[in-house]
Amino acid sequence: MTTPLLAVENVGRRFGGFVALEGVTAAFEPNRVTAIIGPNGAGKSTFFNVLSGVMPPSTGSIRFKGRDITGTPQHRFAHLGIARSYQITNIFPELSVHENVRVAAQALRTRYDIWCNRAAMTELDDKADAALAAVGLAGRRDATAKFLAHGQQRALEIAVALVADPELLLLDEPTAGMGPEETKDMVGLLERLAKDRTILLVEHKMKMILGLSDRILVLHHGRLIADGSPQHIQTDPEVRRVYLGQNDGYA
Amino acid sequence: MTASTSSLPAAARAPRSPWRARLTAWRVPLSILALCLLPWLLPSQALAVNVLIYGLLAVGYNLLFGYTGLLSFGHAAFFGAGAYVTGIAIGQFGLPWFAAMLLGVAFGGALAFLVGLLSIRTRGIYFSMVTLALSQLVYYTALQASSWTGGENGLRGFTVSTINVFGWAIDILDPVKKYYVLMVFAAAALWFVSRVLNSPFGAVIEAVRENETRARACGYDVERTKLLSFTLSGVIGALAGTLFALHLAIVPLDILSIHTSGMVVMMTLLGGAGSFFGPFVGALAFLLMEDVVSLWTSHWQIVVGTVFILFVLFLPKGIWGTALAALAGRGGR
Repeated sequence: MTTPLLAVENVGRRFGGFVALEGVTAAFEPNRVTAIIGPNGAGKSTFFNVLSGVMPPSTGSIRFKGRDITGTPQHRFAHLGIARSYQITNIFPELSVHENVRVAAQALRTRYDIWCNRAAMTELDDKADAALAAVGLAGRRDATAKFLAHGQQRALEIAVALVADPELLLLDEPTAGMGPEETKDMVGLLERLAKDRTILLVEHKMKMILGLSDRILVLHHGRLIADGSPQHIQTDPEVRRVYLGQNDGYA
Repeated sequence: MTASTSSLPAAARAPRSPWRARLTAWRVPLSILALCLLPWLLPSQALAVNVLIYGLLAVGYNLLFGYTGLLSFGHAAFFGAGAYVTGIAIGQFGLPWFAAMLLGVAFGGALAFLVGLLSIRTRGIYFSMVTLALSQLVYYTALQASSWTGGENGLRGFTVSTINVFGWAIDILDPVKKYYVLMVFAAAALWFVSRVLNSPFGAVIEAVRENETRARACGYDVERTKLLSFTLSGVIGALAGTLFALHLAIVPLDILSIHTSGMVVMMTLLGGAGSFFGPFVGALAFLLMEDVVSLWTSHWQIVVGTVFILFVLFLPKGIWGTALAALAGRGGR
């Protein structure tokens, strides 16, 4: 097998006396889609926050492309090649759709230049337009982001993450709050992205995960209780007990 | 998803109305033209020069408040530092006016960097309170160091009567000439601010204003971005302070007080935070109100305060911002 793109070792995170995450060890190979599931409060979001640098782990280490990145400040992650979306839509509401993506593209080129004319950096426009086309938002290019429909805002957030051409894409519930139609569009988008990207996603909608992911990790009370193919996870008695059993609606 | 949309002309700000786009492209020359005409449109020269100086202070403040989204309550410190250092450099060290101005701007900028360094880690109301506390510290320092600053009596004795520009002597005791000399500096500052707003950094500060979390996830160091914006804002404020010192030839202690900081916030909001020329409109509106209302009552602050509250409640974009929005139509969708 190829060397892992991302490897977490014995990662844990506590908040005061509360252990949100404990002893998680896993390695992720390139060009795979891995889903992270678990009941509410299982530590999925904490795990994601640790992986995207929002907070350092209390214990353990994270290696990206063989390099130890534990404790790296969050704003460096985009430069390393790790981009994320948030569970609650996180865009620049008053900027246009195009500006949202363009400013994300600009981060990798220049951050403190107070002198040049940014309109002259046309390659950023092309990059932004390509990312918008990839998520199907080219037609809303000049709309103000806050006026987009919910599903379009989610797609925009993925374009914002995508424009940096990240090697690892972390998606926190990309279909949260979406209706069936919007979910279908998003699944189509994720399937297209999955062809040549490494994606980790947190999701609640079981049907969608089973079709989309190569591998599923199950968290419960901050611990990794199962790790395997969708078929394996579906038949795992422990997983059925803590997760699938109590959520018949999702399964 | 159509191919034609990706070949639209590149425009960083993507203005949604041709009128507004044209105004944005010509904002520096148009602003300078307006400032050139100002002394002839207003009832008094003194009012015009005050609009120029306080407007410039508000322009610097707007960079931080309107564009970066940080509500500082301490900008009097940088304005005052610029004025005091210029006055002291001329009066006590006999520096030429231009060198004194440079020193004032540099000192004000350094002070802003320091205050920014100490305040930027805090957020929201805490940020405002830390900047307020630090500017009060500067106020009391100036009050105590009376051998330098003149204490409560203010700084006097540094009158500049003529200035030499490449061998050309200009008598700046003449109010009209003085106005235009000061205006050259304000114009240069406007050009600089416009350039910053059009730069890549201009996009970053707007991103930070819109959503800090997202900006950080995009790869921007939010704290450093804020610190740079704070410092630039302080530099413009200090420049306004040096112009104030040259204009009045006195620096009253009052200039460092909390009232000055509050006034700048009001001017910026009245005119329109986040609009390029709004701060000048706000300064004009504020000073006109002060002039007119104080003719019939000494409690002019009550009226100005009421108007301010009405603006915050019903016209949050301010005079200029609302006018621009009306010009652009209700569009945006």
